[in-house]
Amino acid sequence: MDGSISARAHSVTIKPEKTARRVRSASLKENGLVAPILFVILMATWEVAVRVLEIPAIVLPPPSSVAMALVREVMSPSFLYHFGVTFTEIVAGFAAGAVLGIVLGVAIGQSEFLERVVYPYVVAFQTVPKVAIAPIIVIWFGYGLSSKVVITATIVFFPLLANTIAGLRSAPRDQIEMLRAHTANDWQVFHMVRLPHALPYIFAGLDIAIVLAVIGAVVGEFVGARAGLGFLILQKNFTFDMAGSFAILIVLSLIGVGLHGIIVTVQRRLLFWTSVNDRGRIATF
Amino acid sequence: MTGVAIAQLEKRYRSHGYDEIVALENVDVTIEHGSFVTIVGPSGCGKSTLLRILAGTLERTSGQVLINGRSVNGPTREMGVVFQSPVLLPWRSVLANVTVPAEIQGMEKKAAVQRARALLATVGLSGFEDRYPAELSGGMAQRAGICRALVHQPDFLLMDEPFGALDAMTRETMNLELLRIWREQGITVVLVTHSIPEAVFLADRVIVMTPRPGRIAEILPVELPRPRTLAMFNTPEFGRHVTAIRRHFSTEAELD
Repeated sequence: MDGSISARAHSVTIKPEKTARRVRSASLKENGLVAPILFVILMATWEVAVRVLEIPAIVLPPPSSVAMALVREVMSPSFLYHFGVTFTEIVAGFAAGAVLGIVLGVAIGQSEFLERVVYPYVVAFQTVPKVAIAPIIVIWFGYGLSSKVVITATIVFFPLLANTIAGLRSAPRDQIEMLRAHTANDWQVFHMVRLPHALPYIFAGLDIAIVLAVIGAVVGEFVGARAGLGFLILQKNFTFDMAGSFAILIVLSLIGVGLHGIIVTVQRRLLFWTSVNDRGRIATF
Repeated sequence: MTGVAIAQLEKRYRSHGYDEIVALENVDVTIEHGSFVTIVGPSGCGKSTLLRILAGTLERTSGQVLINGRSVNGPTREMGVVFQSPVLLPWRSVLANVTVPAEIQGMEKKAAVQRARALLATVGLSGFEDRYPAELSGGMAQRAGICRALVHQPDFLLMDEPFGALDAMTRETMNLELLRIWREQGITVVLVTHSIPEAVFLADRVIVMTPRPGRIAEILPVELPRPRTLAMFNTPEFGRHVTAIRRHFSTEAELD
């Protein structure tokens, strides 16, 4: 979606100031204390407001009943099944879309011919809202898992395509010239310099895409499904079980946060040479 | 036919909408195998262009460039190139950076690593093999860059203002080290610089270039004994060479 924009935003901030890094790490230390306190205050205000203003549970359930609903949902015998369905849709769709985006991105990044011929179609496809074609995809691929995987993959695809292309282009000229001067061929320039420079961009793309993947799977389930967390939300809404809906939302966001955390961890291990500040910018975009 | 023979070399850039820029014109020079040649001149005199054409990374417009008797049309294994900045790859250790040309050219890995270690030892970087470029000082990084240019045992070492980014003290040390490496490796060095004293101190012959259009003003043999020492900077003999070169620029342009 905004993949190309993020890549550009990143390329502008390649060389961070040392002072900026110090300020950032200091604020992180404070965040360690501030965040939990803020959470407690927010929850307390919410709880008190709902009780004092006598807001009906159908409109806004208090956090205490959301917490109880969360425990109830997680303990229910069918929860693991629905969780598994949605989790599979997210991960499979994410993987398929990411692989397609990266592979096509590498192909387009290496060949100007492909860029001229293929890229306009890709951009045209990207301008179509995926939510709008979700019903069509459900008709094509059925009510089962595969339609959600396809919807998720189409959403994940573009940020990875755009970021892979931008990343391959970001390799500095002098590094390429150094390899060329020592008789490197196109393939050697690709895997020795272009690909390593594309990795921070690809990870920025993965980070954007993992959040979109959760949205994709839920949208797919809203359009038509017999199982999954999105399907559960619809059910809860049907019976005006707002606390239950909120509880499922929390589960969904935990999935997103968890997968995001995995990507950031892998990124830190793999891209050890990029500066800390740089990584922060990519991760928080 | 070892060495370099350049005849009637010309390089023009045509940028659309603008006049043609003549980067090099009437360049004739031969460089004997095993010699140390420096190219000095102000910015825009085409000295880096000339070096790039020698390295095969830039095409010439016309003329002849023979390296060991063969016409240049692209980079060859006979060349090791050192750039203005070290251009180390930040995700590779120092050792893995030095072996880059060996990897590209399919040298046997064990031999390449052995040679890289030996080269790093000669420039005082033993113990830094597993460090990453971000941990090196400017001088250390450029030393690694020189080792990289030598790892595949080239005949020629082409250097484009290799010490321009270093402080004066480090620069002198690096000059002495380079002369030692040149003696030990028995290679031909072509070094581009904008420092006249550096050009004189290092070279057997100094190619003096003037800009607009870039051409050779003089090829000056340096008659200072070897091995060169830092004390020579203060000799009248050294001063005479510097003055002879500077004469070309006083009316032409300022040195940068």
